[in-house]
Amino acid sequence: MVQLHLPWLELTIITPLIGALIVCRVRDPERARRRTMLVTGLTLFLAVGAWEDFRTLHTFEAHDHWDIVSPWLGDDAVVVDELSAPLLPLAALLFFLTTLATLRTKVRRFPFAWTLVSQTLVLAMLSCRAPWGVIGLLAAQTIPPLVELRARGRSTRVFLVHMLLFIGLLAGGWAMIEAEGPKSPHSIWAIGMLIAAVLVRSGCAPVHCWMTDLFENATLGTALLFVTPMAGAYAAVRLVLPIAPDWALQTISLLSLFTAVYAAGMALVQREARRFFVYLFLSHSSLVLIGLEVVTPIGLTGGLCVWISVGLSLAGFGLTLRALEARTGRLSLADYHGLYEHMPSLATFFLLTGLASIGFPGTVGFIGAELLVEGAVEVYPYVGMLVVFAAALNSIAVLHAYFRLFTGTEHTASIPLNARLPERIAILTLSALIIGGGLYPQPGVVSRYHAATEIMARRSKHLSAGSASANQNKHTEDQD
Amino acid sequence: MNTETIFHTLGIIVVASPAALVAVLGLTSLIGRPLRESAIESWTYASTVVGLLAAIAILFIMLATDIRHVPIELGNWVVIHLPEPHHNFHFHLKFVFDRLSVPFVILSFLLCGTVGAFTSRYLHRESGYRRFYICYSLFTLGMIVTSLAGTIEVLFFGWELVGLSSALLVAYFHERIAPVKNGLRVWAVYRIADAAFLIAAVALHHLTGEGDFDVLIGSGSWPEGQASLTANQALFVGLLLLVAAAGKSALVPFSGWLPRAMEGPTPSSAIFYGALSVHLGAFLLLRVSPILEMSFWLSAAVVTIGLLTAAFASITTRVQTDIKSALAFASLTQVGIIVVEIGLGLRYIALIHIIGHACLRTLQLLRAPSLLHDYHTLENAIGEHMQHEAGLWQRVMPVGLRSWFYCFAIERGYLDGCLDRFIVYPFRRILLFCDSIERRWTDFLSGGASRESDEVPVHEEVVEELRL
Repeated sequence: MVQLHLPWLELTIITPLIGALIVCRVRDPERARRRTMLVTGLTLFLAVGAWEDFRTLHTFEAHDHWDIVSPWLGDDAVVVDELSAPLLPLAALLFFLTTLATLRTKVRRFPFAWTLVSQTLVLAMLSCRAPWGVIGLLAAQTIPPLVELRARGRSTRVFLVHMLLFIGLLAGGWAMIEAEGPKSPHSIWAIGMLIAAVLVRSGCAPVHCWMTDLFENATLGTALLFVTPMAGAYAAVRLVLPIAPDWALQTISLLSLFTAVYAAGMALVQREARRFFVYLFLSHSSLVLIGLEVVTPIGLTGGLCVWISVGLSLAGFGLTLRALEARTGRLSLADYHGLYEHMPSLATFFLLTGLASIGFPGTVGFIGAELLVEGAVEVYPYVGMLVVFAAALNSIAVLHAYFRLFTGTEHTASIPLNARLPERIAILTLSALIIGGGLYPQPGVVSRYHAATEIMARRSKHLSAGSASANQNKHTEDQD
Repeated sequence: MNTETIFHTLGIIVVASPAALVAVLGLTSLIGRPLRESAIESWTYASTVVGLLAAIAILFIMLATDIRHVPIELGNWVVIHLPEPHHNFHFHLKFVFDRLSVPFVILSFLLCGTVGAFTSRYLHRESGYRRFYICYSLFTLGMIVTSLAGTIEVLFFGWELVGLSSALLVAYFHERIAPVKNGLRVWAVYRIADAAFLIAAVALHHLTGEGDFDVLIGSGSWPEGQASLTANQALFVGLLLLVAAAGKSALVPFSGWLPRAMEGPTPSSAIFYGALSVHLGAFLLLRVSPILEMSFWLSAAVVTIGLLTAAFASITTRVQTDIKSALAFASLTQVGIIVVEIGLGLRYIALIHIIGHACLRTLQLLRAPSLLHDYHTLENAIGEHMQHEAGLWQRVMPVGLRSWFYCFAIERGYLDGCLDRFIVYPFRRILLFCDSIERRWTDFLSGGASRESDEVPVHEEVVEELRL
């Protein structure tokens, strides 16, 4: 078993949990924000340390040094591999930047302690490969938003119904898979339940309404942090991809393709900025799922690249929206706001992140989008072209929102509205990653390609082992 | 230093000079330390002059050494080695200097330089001065990359930069609604056309294994290459590229965006829609012209679209009531004719036509703001108002038919109306219906009104202190 040089993973997971315990005792919101920022910053450092340490080992997977969890929970409970290595710092970065960019006007509303709990759960999920561990952590992740919705006095029914459905389907599906043993293919019911669970959590149409409802009722920061790590895609890779037959993956791909086009179209007709963001996100997360489920080296690499690029760019896009909301309240897209002259750097960042999300040349999403289209067209020559159509609709929606928010009129402001220093730091950090990753994409693409080949190797290994087991059972039955 | 090294160095300078301008203007703005007007002006001049001199040097060396095809290989930007080597994915960074790209690059530098110099006075002390030059630098880089692209992916890279800068400059006067709406319309058409381009690029990858133009149009230097596709493959890829070209050059049925694009400042109108951007579709067709020879039906489609565009623009330009729109449609008439020339295989004539036409239109559009002054000068010189005599058509055509043509022309061929009525509005209605279904579903699950966003005020005057 290859080991990291330090227990990076356990420290990464435990730090925000300890931070949550500390922060929940702090009454002063500003002090809570500062402590949360410190904790998320430290967690980011540890997550980057885990990634860098893993990178130097040149191996597919590694465990913590002084691993105290594995003897109790198994080898796959806390592990870093090619897939999760960059996702850990990405998730940690999202939490850090969200905390950093929380303005004083919002600190009373934003639940810092619960945010740290969410961070622990997300990082633990990304470090976990054990199926029941992933399922349990996915289920636990639904608690912090639920608590916030209740605390704000909002209806939780839409969110609750969908999440119960998701957890029930996932747990039920996996229980059936385990009951069936390592035979291949598994029963249509077991696979169907797993697919349905992934589709619900990823927000595929028509079971996506929980996501729009969450953005309507929760704080924007909480909603962003719940959806941007793309837990549904992670569940698909860890639980569905290794065992699902081709027809199941094709089903997910085609439904995701439909969602990508539908959500891109819906983003165009929304009259409010949050709802617009949700549909834009849904369209992109569906594109990620398409890449993951076409299961060709190019398509899978494209899906994993787009996962990273969409995570970075749409988190930045969402943070910009959050910064605007902190200044003007909820934003209508039915009229023009003309905010450019008051906040040119936020406007530029909004455009940059929006363009990066659609894979504009020179940004981090460009090569991923090209690979994704290649992969999709390779498997579904004509239907795959809809991926390009969805991307075109998304790009129109992004510029539409940009024009509505930043242009079209002269906004009168009595106070300066431009980005504050913490927001500037967040903007420059994400901009550097978006442009840097766009201009020098080779290391990122190669890393994702290695992850893709390993995922495919695991899948082939599992399917061939399953076939062998099934043949042996059949042979035994014939002899009997 | 041998010839190859000199070519390589000069080639990199040609591409790097506009890239450096983008980096300087973009990064200084992003970090909140924007340059002063004089510094922007100096950087723009330096970038253009350095790039232009390097391009001219390459031209002279090519003429002196009788080399007609100079590839500049920068290696693979991205490469994925798959188990089957012929399935490898690579994004090849390659630029080509040949008889098509060199004139186009020199033309681009010349006209961009002219417009850059003009703008430094025209937009002096405008609040959007820096914004203009950032878009301008993106456009120049996009034009140079597109002109020199040796692979279809690199061409797509530059193509997209031109599209974005174009849409943002149409919306340059962004405190008014009309320019913004028109900018969005231009962007929408570009993106649909770009989708066709991307599909063509992917299709080429699948058909030939790579996007290199050398493989696509044969190893012979332009225009002597022979495409390595079958007639049907050429027809499929060619039609997609034709859609991309039609979108970028405002050919029928995408012509509706061209007059809208005139909402931008005059310098950008000149460089985009009079000179360079509007010819980019024709340039693409010229670059892939060996494909056109592979399929009679493809050539016929190119000629037909060119003829339709020329006829439509020629009629429409006669009734325009502002000089920039009239010049835009006059430009389009010539672009239509250029496309016909390409479809008929007259490649050198098309190239010369592009160069001459771009220079003329740039001059006309840059003079457009002082048109009335010019007219007054002329009328003062001749001592009376200028007379407009009835043309041939006015004399021979029945009044009813003339009225119909007038309506057709003033409504710009009903192209935008048809697009809205048959595509945009039905699409929007379906989506709004879906939105209402979603609302009912979430209301049902919530047991009441589920959308707080319905209460978001529209056009409310907000005093920020109260919100905070």
